[in-house]
Amino acid sequence: MINFRLDRRGLLKGGLAAGTMLAAPTILTRSASAYTNEPTGSNVVLGFNVPQSGAYADEGADELRAYQLAVQHLNGEGDGGMLNTFSSKELQGNGVLGKKVDYVTGDTQTKSDAARASAKRMIERDGAVMITGGSSSGVAIAVQGLCQEAGVIFMAGLTHSNDTTGKDKKANGFRHFFNAYMSGAALAPVLKSNYGSDRKAYHLTADYTWGWTQEESIAASTEAIGWETVAKVRTPLGAGDFSQYITPVLNSGADVLILNHYGRDMVNSLTQAVQFGLLDKMVNGKKFEVVVPLYSRLMAQGAGENVKGIFGSTNWHWSLQDEGSKAFVKSFGQAYGFPPSQAAHTCYVQTLLYADAAQRAGTFNPCGIAEALEGFEFDGMGNGKTLYRAEDHQCFKNVLVVKGKDNPESQFDLLEVVDEVPAEQVTYAPDHPMFAGGELGACNPGA
Amino acid sequence: MTVEQSKKDKIMVIGVVLAVLLGPIILNPFGAGYPDLLQKFVIYGIFAIGFNILFGLTGYLSFGHAAFLGVGSYSAVWMFKLLSMNIVPAIILAMVISGLFALLIGFIALRRSGIYFSILTLAFAQMSYNLAYSVLTPITNGETGLQILHGDPRVLDAAVEDGALPVTNLFGLNMNATADVSLLGMDIQFNAGYYICGLIMIVAFYIALRLFRSPFGMMLKAIKTNQNRLNFTGVNSRPYTLTAFVISGIYAGLAGGLLACTDPLAGAERMQWTASGEVVLMTILGGAGTMLGPILGAGVIKYFENIFSAYNESELMDVFSFLPHWLQELVVSVSSLFVGEGWHLTLGVLFMLIVIFLPGGLMEGFNRLVKLARGGYRKDGASASAAGKVTAE
Repeated sequence: MINFRLDRRGLLKGGLAAGTMLAAPTILTRSASAYTNEPTGSNVVLGFNVPQSGAYADEGADELRAYQLAVQHLNGEGDGGMLNTFSSKELQGNGVLGKKVDYVTGDTQTKSDAARASAKRMIERDGAVMITGGSSSGVAIAVQGLCQEAGVIFMAGLTHSNDTTGKDKKANGFRHFFNAYMSGAALAPVLKSNYGSDRKAYHLTADYTWGWTQEESIAASTEAIGWETVAKVRTPLGAGDFSQYITPVLNSGADVLILNHYGRDMVNSLTQAVQFGLLDKMVNGKKFEVVVPLYSRLMAQGAGENVKGIFGSTNWHWSLQDEGSKAFVKSFGQAYGFPPSQAAHTCYVQTLLYADAAQRAGTFNPCGIAEALEGFEFDGMGNGKTLYRAEDHQCFKNVLVVKGKDNPESQFDLLEVVDEVPAEQVTYAPDHPMFAGGELGACNPGA
Repeated sequence: MTVEQSKKDKIMVIGVVLAVLLGPIILNPFGAGYPDLLQKFVIYGIFAIGFNILFGLTGYLSFGHAAFLGVGSYSAVWMFKLLSMNIVPAIILAMVISGLFALLIGFIALRRSGIYFSILTLAFAQMSYNLAYSVLTPITNGETGLQILHGDPRVLDAAVEDGALPVTNLFGLNMNATADVSLLGMDIQFNAGYYICGLIMIVAFYIALRLFRSPFGMMLKAIKTNQNRLNFTGVNSRPYTLTAFVISGIYAGLAGGLLACTDPLAGAERMQWTASGEVVLMTILGGAGTMLGPILGAGVIKYFENIFSAYNESELMDVFSFLPHWLQELVVSVSSLFVGEGWHLTLGVLFMLIVIFLPGGLMEGFNRLVKLARGGYRKDGASASAAGKVTAE
């Protein structure tokens, strides 16, 4: 029998030696690829990081459907969807740069930590060259930061906070979705013509980056039309029960309630506001109104009857009659049996835009793709002429103002488009105070 | 301490060292051999070891341990922002601040025991969470989480090149440095951050082991067995429990600091009650009061969270492609309930099974297996030693 003695000193010595041996190769850099996860085989992997649990799970599920549809269209399966109407004709339906598109998925749980862990898994283990998704701005900002460090492209999904392309913008991150400032700029004229310029607004706000910037943007644009902001109350994300926040509204003297909520939060807070009879009240001699600045069909579906007559803004709606929207609604409907939400639309478009940029750049290198996307003008994706601005990687396009329909014809036909606000009206300078404080930095190819 | 006991301890330490060193190779076939998850395994291992010092030894069930994890993370990220990207000052500050924080909370919460202690710690953790989430936004950056920025002062570091974010490092060795090696047909990633965290875990494990075997650890076990009797014999137990609480808090702070070292971001959700509950699950799943149990439990839970949650229907289709088509669809539609967003369900079922059939956690299952293997030729001694072996490991 071998007799060996282990004392503390021996253990330390051994540990040190083993550690040094193992640390030695790590000082060498990774193998000689030009950028992180350079695809060398016959396929390229994209990472779809969406909330599958939590307050935004409905949006996440619809985003995932859209991503799967986009991958099918890129690989030449199905009817091609928006590839036929997209103004850039580089993509041929044979993958991207001759490589078949594969994908991996992950659950963000609407938590920054979980989202980063799942994005890291896709980058480190599955070799994803692009990460996309997110239905919460807090998560989108956290994952965008990670992608910048790791040297992959981040194509933001549904994120509406000003900060995503404002103070937290990153060179590797791109956003197609509109933002809170645009919502305010598009909504204010409609609110003025419907509710007048002498109103008192009460804000209930989801307590995180998106809520804060939307509250700031909406308060600024409603104050510009003469409204007064009575109170701004923050509510925790995913609160479920909002009754304690809604009761004080009536005693505050406010005659408009602005709900800076999204997803299930909005469904719950709006339903409770209606149940409390807010909409039947007369305050200051005017009918009490509720405004939901960021609307989506999925939320309208959740809130049911309660959305009737309530104004809001949205990035895109399936009832639009341009060629791109019609093509997308048709192929999404054929695949899943119901029309897509705005979350699905922006995620689908982002995937196509990424693929097109890679095709035009001739590489998956993040720096090449960033260059191809910066200042890129396109059409046929459902929002009219759109510009990817180089200064902050934000898309500028038309914004829809919508209203809950009084007589819906089906369970999907819940919103009517009141106004399509042209891009010029919602455009702002890159150094606008609401977006100031950050810097894009240089693109990072990793490796 | 008997001779046999110390021999067992040596084998255990060697086992842990080997497991940590060979981690990337062993776990690669299970799809868990990538740096981020490996780092999580060892970091949450430290967290659970620390929790076990309190719960396993004294029986005080803290339901707010995530608060110390969060405090550690925030302290470390602030160190990265203000002083240097070197992880040493960050880890030291994380341990000091979380230790002080544990002293404060422990001083108040340990005036009660049992369920009242658990509720008090839970209340403190929720308070910390809500403070970090909204009131202390200037320090914690609220829900978005505290991140390092290009424009941070970092007085000790040289200026970074334009636009790039600096990387956390240990005296120049970058935490994210990774060597890809092809071994046995697998692509193994040896990551510097993992080995640094792994070595720290080995040290933490060794210290905890010495603590378990020390007279101090004996005293803590006495508190767990019967605190009243201890008080009647004239021993003031509170200094002992408070020390255990602070040590445990420092372990949690160390884990939080290391989380920030591997990924310089600290978010408030790290302090939420679900995170506190998670470490309780880890410890009970693995086996409370055992040395290796908490590490195993941490590994199992992190594996489920990261790997099971990532399966989607098309991947399941591939896994079951050997079955006939109709059976394949059936199996996939049933099993897809337990993966993807359903991973919580799987974890819940596993937890229930373990608590019902193996109250001592995975370690009890392991010990039973060992006994079963030995029982083949030593049937008579098994029942006699079983009684005295409940907390032997």
